[in-house]
Amino acid sequence: MKESLFGKTLNDLTTLAVELGLPKFTGKQMAEWLYQKDISSIEEMTNLSKKARELLAGKFEFGLIDSTKVQESIDGTKKYLFPTNKGKFIETAMIPDDDRKTVCVSSQVGCKMGCLFCMTGKQGFQGQLTAGEIVNQIRNIPEWHEVTNIVYMGMGEPFDNLEEVLKSLEILTSEWGFAMSPRRITVSTIGIVPGMLTFLEKSEAHLAVSMHTPFDDERQKLMPVQVAYPLAEVIHEIKSWDFGRQRRVSFEYIVFKGLNDSPRHVQELCKILNGIKCRINLIRFHPIPGTPLVGTDENTLQKFKEKLNDKGILTTIRASRGQDIYAACGLLSTKELGG
Amino acid sequence: MPKAEEYKNPNLELIEVIITGNQEISPGVHLISWKRTHDFHPGQVVKITADPKIAPRIYSICSGNDEPEIRVLFNVKEDGLLTPKLAGMIPGMKIRTTKPYGSFKDGKEPAWWIATGTGIAPFYSMFRSGISENKTLIHGVRQLNQFYFEDELEWSLGDRYIRCCSQEQSCNVFPGRVTHYLNQINDLPTTINYYLCGKALMVVEVRDLLISRGVPYQNILAEIYF
Repeated sequence: MKESLFGKTLNDLTTLAVELGLPKFTGKQMAEWLYQKDISSIEEMTNLSKKARELLAGKFEFGLIDSTKVQESIDGTKKYLFPTNKGKFIETAMIPDDDRKTVCVSSQVGCKMGCLFCMTGKQGFQGQLTAGEIVNQIRNIPEWHEVTNIVYMGMGEPFDNLEEVLKSLEILTSEWGFAMSPRRITVSTIGIVPGMLTFLEKSEAHLAVSMHTPFDDERQKLMPVQVAYPLAEVIHEIKSWDFGRQRRVSFEYIVFKGLNDSPRHVQELCKILNGIKCRINLIRFHPIPGTPLVGTDENTLQKFKEKLNDKGILTTIRASRGQDIYAACGLLSTKELGG
Repeated sequence: MPKAEEYKNPNLELIEVIITGNQEISPGVHLISWKRTHDFHPGQVVKITADPKIAPRIYSICSGNDEPEIRVLFNVKEDGLLTPKLAGMIPGMKIRTTKPYGSFKDGKEPAWWIATGTGIAPFYSMFRSGISENKTLIHGVRQLNQFYFEDELEWSLGDRYIRCCSQEQSCNVFPGRVTHYLNQINDLPTTINYYLCGKALMVVEVRDLLISRGVPYQNILAEIYF
C-alpha cells in the first residue's frame, strides 16, 4: 500500500518534494490541490509537471477515503461511516442548523476512557487515527465546501492522540490548508491534562471539557479518568491559562436524573468555575443499552439551566440531533463492524 | 463528600530519584524501584519519565505503603519512547517522578479486586499495605508467567485469589478470561464494592456485566490504563 499524501502538512510535503528532487514550491502546490480543490488523484494536479506527477504517483497515493455508508436523520443530520487504513471503521456526524453546518469528527477508533454513559467506550480502543483520516472526515463528505464549524466530539479522546490531532488542526487552519478560523473549531476532552496544555499552547481552537459533575466521587464513578486526572487539576490549569478575548472554554454536562441535577450541584459548579470566563453546555442523556443512568426530565433541565444563568454562568442546552440514527452525543459506535 | 475545589493543586512537579532496583520479573515486564520519599495511599499513582524530553506517564504504585521503597510495574512497549529506556536503566541511574497522587483507594469494606495484566499493581500495593481482609482478587492474564507475585498472593489469600488465563492452562487456574469467570458465577455479591484495573475493554465489559447482574454502578470504581 502506497503512502498517502492527504494528511501531510506543508512542511511534510515540502520535505518530500525536495527528497524527490522536485522544486521546493511543489510542496505548496500539492497542499493547495490536497486541501482546497475538488480533485482526488495525483494525476489531476495539473500545475505540476508530468514528470513530477509520475514521480509522486510512483511512491504515493492521493489518499482520500470514501465513506461506505450514509444515514440521514429526520432532522437532517447525517452520519457517515468511514473505513480506516487499518481495516476498522469510524463514524462522523454532519449537523445542519440554519446557516451552519457542523461536522463532528472522530479522533480514534473506539476509546480508552470507558465513560459509563458513552457508547463508544463500550467498544474499547482499536487504534489511533492519522491526521489524514481525521481531516478526510471533513474533506470527503459532499457538504465539505459548506462546513462552517468543526467539533472534535466524535469517537475517541482527542488528547490521547495529540500529535495527529494537532497536525489535523494545522491542516484545517493554515492558509495553505483549509484556511478555517480556529474560532470555528472546538476540541473536546475529558481532561487529559498534559495533552490539554500542549493543545492550549499550540492551537488557537476552542476547548470543551467533559465535566458531568463537579463532585470528585461522583465523577470517578462515571469517568475513570478522574482517578488519574482529577477535575480540580484540570480546572486549576484552565484558571492559570490566558484564553484571551476570542478563545472560548466550555464545560459539557450531561444531565442525569437524580445524580447531577440538584441545587447542590449548581452551587458547587459556581464555586469551582468561579474566575473562569466560560459556558456550560447542558446535554440531554441519550440512553445506551444496559446503562443504569437515566436522563433528567425537561422541567428539571430547564430549571437547572436557569439557576446557573441566574448565578452568572452562561448556560445553554444543546439540541439533541440525529438521535434516530444513533448520531447524537455519546451514541457513536462501530463495535458491531469489528471496530 | 469531597469536593473538587478541596483538592489542592497536586503540584505534580517532577523530582529526581535514584533507582535502587530494576528487575525483569516476567518476559517484557519490569519492576523498577527507588527510595520512598513521600507517604502514599495504596492504589495511588506516580508519573515517571526517564528523560526530561519524554512526556511522563502514569503508573500505579506496586509496593506497600510502609515499605522503604516505591516500586512500579511496567510493560515494555517495543515501539514506545519511555518503557524501553526505563527497562535499560540500572541501579544508581536517575529517573524523574512526581509525588504519589490519585483517588483509587479501598477501605475496610468487603470488596472484589479485578485486574488484568499489570493492572494487578494497585491491588498488590493494597495487599502489601495490609488491606486484604474481606477482599477477593481476580487476576486475568494471557499466559501463565504473567501471574506476577502469585506465590505470595496464593499463600496469603488462598481461595480468595483467583487466576484466569485465556491462552494457557494449569491446575487451579480458570481457563478463560475474567469475564468468562464472572459469567459462570451464579450469585455475584451485589452489596460489596468492586475495584477494576486494566485496559479499557476489560473494564467496560466487566462493569457492564456487574451492572447487568444487579451491582449498583456506584459500587464500582475503575482505573483504566491508557
